[in-house]
Amino acid sequence: MEIFFNVLRVTLEEGFMYAVLALGVYITYSILDFPDLSVDGTVPLGAVTTGILIVRGVNPWLCCLVAFAIGMAAGCVTGLLNVKLKIRPLLCGILVMTALLSVNLVIVMSGTGGLSIVSFFSSPTIFSSGLAELIPYSVGGFALRTVIISLIVALLCKFLLDIFLKTKTGLLLRAAGSNHQYVTMMGRNPGNMKILGLSLGNGFASLAGSIIAQQKGSADLQMGTGMVVAGLACVIIGLSLFGKLKFTAATTAVILGSIVYKACLSAALAMGLPTEYLKLLMAVLFTAALVLSGTLSKKQGGKKHAQA
Amino acid sequence: MLKLENVTKIFNQGTVDELKLFDNYSLSIDKGEFVCVVGSNGSGKTTLLNIICGFSPVDSGSIIFNGKDITKTPEHRRAQFIGRVFQNPQTGTCPDLTVLENMALADCKKTGYGLSRAVSKKNLERYRSLLETCSMGLENKLNIKCGSLSGGQRQALALIIACMTDIELLILDEHTAALDPKSSERVMELTDKIIREKNLTAFMVTHNLRFATEYGTRLIMLHEGESVMDLSGDEKQKIGTDNILAQFNRISIECGN
Repeated sequence: MEIFFNVLRVTLEEGFMYAVLALGVYITYSILDFPDLSVDGTVPLGAVTTGILIVRGVNPWLCCLVAFAIGMAAGCVTGLLNVKLKIRPLLCGILVMTALLSVNLVIVMSGTGGLSIVSFFSSPTIFSSGLAELIPYSVGGFALRTVIISLIVALLCKFLLDIFLKTKTGLLLRAAGSNHQYVTMMGRNPGNMKILGLSLGNGFASLAGSIIAQQKGSADLQMGTGMVVAGLACVIIGLSLFGKLKFTAATTAVILGSIVYKACLSAALAMGLPTEYLKLLMAVLFTAALVLSGTLSKKQGGKKHAQA
Repeated sequence: MLKLENVTKIFNQGTVDELKLFDNYSLSIDKGEFVCVVGSNGSGKTTLLNIICGFSPVDSGSIIFNGKDITKTPEHRRAQFIGRVFQNPQTGTCPDLTVLENMALADCKKTGYGLSRAVSKKNLERYRSLLETCSMGLENKLNIKCGSLSGGQRQALALIIACMTDIELLILDEHTAALDPKSSERVMELTDKIIREKNLTAFMVTHNLRFATEYGTRLIMLHEGESVMDLSGDEKQKIGTDNILAQFNRISIECGN
């Protein structure tokens, strides 16, 4: 029983934290139809920036905002490469991801005096100070605080994104993804919308890195590996399982998707899968999600035909 | 109002496939004219529209709009005063947004896009009455995604959207070609009505010779980048589809096929 609760706790904690990343990937992959690989670099970018700032005593919530802003800057570069220099989407992502490997290393080394990891276990984070102190650490032996804080952050991101997507600029962003000629006819440059979307997506990715690092109490460059796959898997699982439900916004589906994804991973680990197989399992899960979403949408299409 | 001066457009310049479609082509359209353009495939009709809209740049020559040189103005800036409806009904609307959201976006074309809510209740009635004018049942589909409308409905909506804000020139690129005969008739009638009501200058490319003779105030036939026929006024009113067809055949024979 205790093991079950433990798995559940880890699933929810990580699910909500990865949901922030998944929301970012949702903007680039689903709304803009842009497979953005730079996420692998922007997640650790947010993490190491947060680490360095927290060590220097900066307020952890402020660190989240800084991480979001710096992620947006990186995403903006991806967008500029694609829009202004006409480089293909996949290559833009690879270029920015590779460049960020150096940038991240420079940030960590200059902030720690030559180390490749920044640790801040004893410093205040969003999980241990301010708002967090109002929430009991655990109830009946069940550690609640981290779950609640990450839930709050994920929901806050979701609602802000929902509101943004209903504004005039938000609608234009959605239009840019599905019919860029339409944006042109509306008298706006669709390239600028693309840059905006990539900035926002990477802002969320970087924010996710910041939150994950604050929960772990340390940040390093390795945490970026596999983030694209994780984010895409969350989005695709979420949209194919919950996307068609009525009264469920796509952003909610994405959050649910990341919880399902994390549940699969932590269940496998709890059943005794050695951790070195984790990335392999991630790839398998992603493949399964892709195939699943393909068959589900085919069935849906079939149904529509039957009805008509 | 719109003037093309000595426009030259060359495709695949510097290769063996080089094609000089327009060579020092000039055209002048007055305010309030409704120009129908006909011509065979490859005669340069769509390229001409693309040049006017700014989708494809010219190699030399200039485009003057209301006395202003817009040769270098990018496509999205020209969209402020030029509305365009495409042949493909998918292009004129955004499939993932609802009818209401599409119209709300078009409404902001002049005012700009900020961070305020796009869809506001106070505009609902205005949108609904705009949609009622095309009598295609769109007024009851405000919250339906455009992707699931029929081709005719989407094209009618695209037309309404293109003319929602104050444009000065309406470009119609074979906009009835992909529709069934009945929808195409209805969309054409709606087009004529809107052009008359708003007193727009219009430029319509069509393969439908009957539309070309029945509608519009001026008729141009393009062939290999040149106007081989340019009629307006009484001449335009008198001409029948037979005359146009005869001219078509004459050109084809000259080409040797």
